[in-house]
Amino acid sequence: MAEAPGAQAGSGTLQLVSRRTHLKELALKNLFLLCAGVAVAGVVLIFAFVGVRGWPIFAEVGPWAFLAGREWNPTAGLYGILPLIYGSVVVMLGALVIGTPLAVGTAIFLSEIATPRVRSIVRPAVELLAGIPSVIYGFFGLIILRPIVADVTGGLGFGAVTAWLILAIMIVPTIAAISEDALRSIPPGIREASYAMGATQWQTIYKVLVPAAKIGIIDAIILGMGRAIGETMAVLMVVGNAPVFPESVSEPIATLTTQIVMDMPYAAGEHRTALFGMGIILFLVSMGLVALVRLMSRFQTAMESGR
Amino acid sequence: MALRTTPIADNAPNKITVKELDFFYGDFHALTDITVDIKEKAVTAFIGPSGCGKSTFLRCFNRMNDLIPSARAEGLVSLDGQDIYETGVDPVDLRRRIGMIFQQPNPFPMSIYDNVAFGPRLQGVSKKAALDEVVQTSLERANLWKEVKDILGRGGLTLSGGQQQRLCIARVLAVEPEVMLMDEPCSAIDPTSVQKIEDLMAELKDRITIIIVTHNMQQAARVSDFTAFFLQEVAGDPAILVEYDRTSNLFTSPKDRRTEDYITGRFG
Repeated sequence: MAEAPGAQAGSGTLQLVSRRTHLKELALKNLFLLCAGVAVAGVVLIFAFVGVRGWPIFAEVGPWAFLAGREWNPTAGLYGILPLIYGSVVVMLGALVIGTPLAVGTAIFLSEIATPRVRSIVRPAVELLAGIPSVIYGFFGLIILRPIVADVTGGLGFGAVTAWLILAIMIVPTIAAISEDALRSIPPGIREASYAMGATQWQTIYKVLVPAAKIGIIDAIILGMGRAIGETMAVLMVVGNAPVFPESVSEPIATLTTQIVMDMPYAAGEHRTALFGMGIILFLVSMGLVALVRLMSRFQTAMESGR
Repeated sequence: MALRTTPIADNAPNKITVKELDFFYGDFHALTDITVDIKEKAVTAFIGPSGCGKSTFLRCFNRMNDLIPSARAEGLVSLDGQDIYETGVDPVDLRRRIGMIFQQPNPFPMSIYDNVAFGPRLQGVSKKAALDEVVQTSLERANLWKEVKDILGRGGLTLSGGQQQRLCIARVLAVEPEVMLMDEPCSAIDPTSVQKIEDLMAELKDRITIIIVTHNMQQAARVSDFTAFFLQEVAGDPAILVEYDRTSNLFTSPKDRRTEDYITGRFG
């Protein structure tokens, strides 16, 4: 490194990298490494923290009584989170069922149908949805949707149905943006080929473009799932917050996230540990979803290189 | 090489007739006053320098230009005597009768089989036996069957560029088109594949009318029966059809000075 071989030959020697430049480059490199490190450290520390605080619950109540217990009643020492897992899953699935067609439809509209002018209005509007604080969604759900749901289903309107509607809107920007990217990254030649084969616009969309963007759309839906299962505030405000198995989807239920928020201010001892235990479950679910997205994109790469 | 079989007779029927066609992209006047008769079951080549509107003209035949919002055609283009721009004509049906091959091979990101079965399926063919047969026949006619018969389930995009282009040809042939438009089909593939596609054109023209846009004059001379030379004389002005004749005449004794200049390599 000190002396380049052959530097003595020729008419002049090449200038060596100055110490100053070298140090500056090194410092910058490490600065950026530090930035990336903070994010990774955040994930690790949070997981460790939640893990350490929540882990004892598996020993204290037993994993089976915790995960499969049908009754959540901390005052009676019953820490069964099955109704909460059930609530989270029901709320998430319903939101996906309603939100996915809405979001994929939006993506198709933006990518294939909208003129540039219309697109320039609709797209920021959809992106804006992602920027609305979730407590505002909660308000909207509470004041506007809940009475409507109450009229239609009977009861008070606190329950999964209202949460579905709110969450469906909340996951639209996530799913729509990623699906639209997937659609727009299809080479234009593919569209031309389809039209030139005598396909109509609709046939082109559902026989060629959506299948071609399939993996990207599935990715989008998985990320939407993550958003739906993790959402707390908006759900809390409309879901009714009863940690039970309801008789119908229009009756109050609770989810993992809402129950944590409800109980955290006063929980102590074992109860508190159980809440952290629920945090572990949530953490594992979202890690699982991210892993799934990773697997999908690997699967796609494998497909493209000739399965 | 003797690709051509018997010369096309002078009284051969016209498949496509174009009369006084003008074409615009918004305010830009791209083509003016084009009149030409395309003979049935012959290969017609469009040649000319880049940007002279030959591809634009080709896309008038299957109304692919309709997909560009500002594009507009004036004049007559008729297929078997019927005006294809007449109100009420379904461009979708037109495109089923007039297939198109593009410069960049563009198979769909699906299996080889599904690529070829795409057109028949659009037309409502769903029986497996019928699809199997049309897939095999089309791939055979595109001279690709031997290479892919054991890998029909593999993605079309896994083939080489030349194979992909023949797959696109098979995909078009599967719907039994009457006309095949080829927009510089050989400019993005390797020379061996070019040879295969040129051979294929010679075989196919017994059954279908082929129109090929090419910037390669040797290719036009090799594969076509008729050649049309397009030119945009002044930048910004619309392009015109300078000369249209049998390929043998156009390349050996061009009538127009500009054609002669072009084919002898003085410009373009």
